[in-house]
Amino acid sequence: MSTVTERVPGPGSESSRGVPVRELLQRHGALLVLAVVLVAAGVGLDGFLTAGNLNHVAVGSAFLAILALGMTFVIVTGGIDLSVGTNFALGGVLAAWASQYGSLAALALPLAVCGAIGLLNGVLIARARLAPFITTLATMLGAWGLMLSVSDEGNTTYLVPDGAVLTSLVHGRLFGVIGYPLLLVLVLFVIGGIALSRTGWGQNVYAVGGDERSAALMGVPVARTKTAVYTVSGLCAGAAGVLNAFWLGSGVTIFGIGIELQAISAVVIGGTLLSGGYGFVSGSFVGVMLLAVIQNIINTISGLTSAFQEVVSGVFLIVVVLAQSRLSRSRPRA
Amino acid sequence: MSAASVMARVDRDRARSWLQDYGVYVGVAAIVLFNVVFTPGFVSLENFRVQAVQAAPIVVVALGMALVIATGGIDLSVGAVMALSAAFVSLYLGYGPLVSVLVALLVGAVAGAVNGTIVAVAGVQAIIVTLAMMIAGRGLALVLVPQLEGIRNPALREFGSGSVAGVPYVVWVAALMVALVLFLVRRTLFGRRLVAVGGNRRAAELSGLPVRRTLLLVYTLCGALAAVAGVMTTARLQASDPNSVGLLIELSAITAVVVGGTPLSGGRVRVAGTVAGAILMQLLVATLIKHNLPPSWTQMAQTAVIIAAVYVARERGRS
Repeated sequence: MSTVTERVPGPGSESSRGVPVRELLQRHGALLVLAVVLVAAGVGLDGFLTAGNLNHVAVGSAFLAILALGMTFVIVTGGIDLSVGTNFALGGVLAAWASQYGSLAALALPLAVCGAIGLLNGVLIARARLAPFITTLATMLGAWGLMLSVSDEGNTTYLVPDGAVLTSLVHGRLFGVIGYPLLLVLVLFVIGGIALSRTGWGQNVYAVGGDERSAALMGVPVARTKTAVYTVSGLCAGAAGVLNAFWLGSGVTIFGIGIELQAISAVVIGGTLLSGGYGFVSGSFVGVMLLAVIQNIINTISGLTSAFQEVVSGVFLIVVVLAQSRLSRSRPRA
Repeated sequence: MSAASVMARVDRDRARSWLQDYGVYVGVAAIVLFNVVFTPGFVSLENFRVQAVQAAPIVVVALGMALVIATGGIDLSVGAVMALSAAFVSLYLGYGPLVSVLVALLVGAVAGAVNGTIVAVAGVQAIIVTLAMMIAGRGLALVLVPQLEGIRNPALREFGSGSVAGVPYVVWVAALMVALVLFLVRRTLFGRRLVAVGGNRRAAELSGLPVRRTLLLVYTLCGALAAVAGVMTTARLQASDPNSVGLLIELSAITAVVVGGTPLSGGRVRVAGTVAGAILMQLLVATLIKHNLPPSWTQMAQTAVIIAAVYVARERGRS
């Protein structure tokens, strides 16, 4: 991780002694909050700190975690991907539809289509130089339209046939404790973490997000790197969609609208800066878990409606972003 | 570079610039022409009235969006603010239609002011602030009014479906808003400032312009205009439906603004183009529906239009 920390402080940061503490907060603040929340909930709520409940929380947020992983790369390049929510829903519907032709088809089709939408995002943003948010906002609508046309305007819900190989895998548990979706998430995050912090490609991602023009002058393949991160984000949305379809046993058409905000929240909570050039994959995982735990607590305490949860997650996001802007503003600027 | 290729490039830039400024009118003319020829019953007073009534909320929301985009920002929360205002109309209807409408407008302005404060004072990116407001705002609207609630009020019904001098009230209100925004942009200091802030925020700050106050005002105005659209829609539907009021209107509004020639990077605002852009978006959807194409086609067509519009608009954005 040393490669990550090296590029963080701006010029002159050594002059201020406050920076290391802030840097620590920026990096591990989410982990700290997660620990506090877990301890508080463990003390205050019965049956919260059990392996069963924690596994339930973690597996339930596996989809979000995969989306957040893809989103992390995009945000580190200074971009944003608003299309992951509907792309994820599209992936789920495609997976459920294709499951009649076997698990391999159910895996391949969503990855191909969602990856293609990600690639389209990437090409439009990197080659045609369109603004990321408007491009992905448009493809968000496009992916939704595609999903509706696949599912007969949302009137057909495709069911996953009983006894599909992937179904038993998705619902299975390693040693009877750790659900396989969680395991998949952990594996993907380790791969993602290595790709971002230990490879030349990861260095390119940071360089593009830090200063695109300097990166280009240094010979970083800017357009290719940007295209790649949006494609990865699309693939992640497809993978999460497959997982969701086999988890629920059907391709639910309304699931996933608005999940892009949660993915962005998780990434930001995890310490990745929206302005790009700084961030890490492990933080996004902590961010997802924090969101999931808070949601679980809200559910346990009182049967509050999902609308109320939306209010909480919106406000929470703003609070985190405000805190971050204070932390990063106190960091000296170039 | 040879003289010929330079000339070719100048020509191309000129063509692109012309397309950015006037393409939207060509688009509106083309889609009207298409409908006149291919859509039975398009040329009728009744249909014009229907189209105008349906375009009115998009126009009003797009006006606010144009101002925000001119400052180099964005407001994704306009649809949620519409839902909030719809919820408050229903909540305060007991105090009379006027009070409920005023409260709804106030709530919209407050939501916009919250956006504006966080964007202007804390310096957080507009996209993330308004994204949070988009989720939290609609969530709050649904907490307050969990499901569709019918609104039975003669005054509101008259506002939603009545007309004066043959023109529906909501169209009058939209026209009034257009005039107001035109006045603000063309004749007031505020109008100059918002364009200056969008053009170069640092330069605006250095030359002593009240950048933060301008931004705050712009987002507040955008929220208030979204609330006007929310009241219009509520009055027309005679129901407050926080689940679907203003859903995805931010996309239509942003597209209308961009198609209308206001660059996403800010520093420029075209009010008439925005109005034409909003009408174009409405006609596009209406045409697809009239020709019995399913909603999924509408969304994919909108995707294509947005990407094409942003593609045409992109060059100037970089200058």
